[in-house]
Amino acid sequence: MTVSRPWQLTLRILALGWLLALLLAPVALIFYRTFEPGIGAVWDSITTPAAISAFWLTIEVSAIAVVVNTVLGVVMALALARGRWRGRWVLDAIIDLPFAISPVVVGLSLILVYGTTGWFGRDLADLGIRVIFSVPGIVLATVFVTLPFVVREVTPVLREVGDEQEQAAATLGASGWQTFWRITLPSIRWGIAYGVVLTTARAIGEFGAVSVVSGKVSGETETLTLLVEKRFANFDLAGAYAASALLAAIALLTLLIMTTFNRRREEA
Amino acid sequence: MIAARGITKQFGDFVALDDVTIEIPDGSLTALLGPSGSGKSTLLRIIAGLETPDRGVVEIHGRDQTHVPPQRREIGFVFQHYAAFKHMTVRDNVAFGLKIRKQPKARIDARVNELLEIVGLAGHQKRYPNQLSGGQRQRMALARALAVEPRVLLLDEPFGALDAKVRADLREWLRRLHDEVHVTTILVTHDQEEAMSIADRIAVMDHGRIEQVGHPRELYDRPANRFVMGFLGPVSEIGGRLVRPHDIVIELEPSPGAHEAQITRIVHLGFEVRVELALARRDGVFAQLTRDEAQQLEVSEGDIVWLRATNALVEAPDPA
Repeated sequence: MTVSRPWQLTLRILALGWLLALLLAPVALIFYRTFEPGIGAVWDSITTPAAISAFWLTIEVSAIAVVVNTVLGVVMALALARGRWRGRWVLDAIIDLPFAISPVVVGLSLILVYGTTGWFGRDLADLGIRVIFSVPGIVLATVFVTLPFVVREVTPVLREVGDEQEQAAATLGASGWQTFWRITLPSIRWGIAYGVVLTTARAIGEFGAVSVVSGKVSGETETLTLLVEKRFANFDLAGAYAASALLAAIALLTLLIMTTFNRRREEA
Repeated sequence: MIAARGITKQFGDFVALDDVTIEIPDGSLTALLGPSGSGKSTLLRIIAGLETPDRGVVEIHGRDQTHVPPQRREIGFVFQHYAAFKHMTVRDNVAFGLKIRKQPKARIDARVNELLEIVGLAGHQKRYPNQLSGGQRQRMALARALAVEPRVLLLDEPFGALDAKVRADLREWLRRLHDEVHVTTILVTHDQEEAMSIADRIAVMDHGRIEQVGHPRELYDRPANRFVMGFLGPVSEIGGRLVRPHDIVIELEPSPGAHEAQITRIVHLGFEVRVELALARRDGVFAQLTRDEAQQLEVSEGDIVWLRATNALVEAPDPA
């Protein structure tokens, strides 16, 4: 399609203006409001015991979600792209479920299954394992919500790379395991990296599902997003902004890493 | 010897191989020649262990290998699209099989250097596949396959993705390589010229069956049927018989057994002159003459001539 010069400019301004109004301005405003009372106040409000605990809980939960979803994601992507089994389409459809279901519903369904009156909840409670209103529940919710990213990034890469290199490795004597480590994994590494970054970003920012299952015990089961919400609800605006800024900073960092990966992927 | 006996393979409703039996003598360079869909690649992949036959047996050096995975068949396989390990240097590509076999590093280095010398890629050790031309990539793939000293070298349309000039060069080069290395080689191709120029045995395949196996010249001179004759070279049909166009003699006077025809077109192709002819009931008939023969004949387009076949190979079936 060819577009005349004035139109090109108009479209560009529209696109940038939209981005500015929708994304950049609010984020910039958060940073502005955060640092309005001075850097000392910000530091104080993100170093309270509750804030530090929330920060580390967020990091811990995200790390677990990333590890679990990367390993399972690669396995599922292999099953989808390389498998020859019937019913693959079922897996294919189920994987997108977390995208389709509202996070709040995910949280509620976890309570139905693992809550003290749920299917496994009672048995787990007898064993002394508490899932709902505890860290395992937060981890489960986050893993569920971020499940599709790695699979959805890696599957098309696997399909595009094809299986000829893997066959060549087999004819050269490599076992399935050797082929995976030496051939398959290196050829999908940028897809995995991109999926990991998306998973991280989503895990750090997850609110809905976590909010339902966490119980929001300050210093124990409160993640950063929950802390922001609590402070906001308690009219501690400065505190909410500071915690938001911390979240936004982590998000920007992941975004930066993602862009770098994307560049390298395109060069590769 | 490599043998495939009674191999049948179906993909859904499509019969890729229909009870195929072939024996490949040690040290030979055998071409599996046929149109696409004839089953030649499937047969090669079954010999390699990359596909499992529905029925039949694969033997390598007298041992049943039908259910042995490709890793343990001691084969070298070269793919049409190279299957280069893109994230590895040329050196690491060639060294791959040796590293898997846990050879000492000094030995690997020596072997890689030797092979890159043979395939003409010495000095390209540290390059990546995307820095090589198609022909270079395929030579790297050959070196990689040869590195593990396979008992059989299997080539699946190895030059199919290359342009004509490079293909001709690599063909020559492969023939010379085979004369030096002497590894039993099976080459899959749909290009009859390629098969004729490098193979010492050709198996012509069509619709999942082997139509004929033999020396290239034997197949050209004594084709078993119409398909083999047509696949190996141009064919003209005169008086119900199939003839090679260079086996047609053009005469200016009628004689017993000669067929009347009109010259529709004379094409000068350098040394060769192609005379296109219209016969009573046949189109697409042409004769190949040398330039000198054509000059002596002194015919022109529109002339009526008489055709005689000096060497009819196959009786044409009655046109129903």
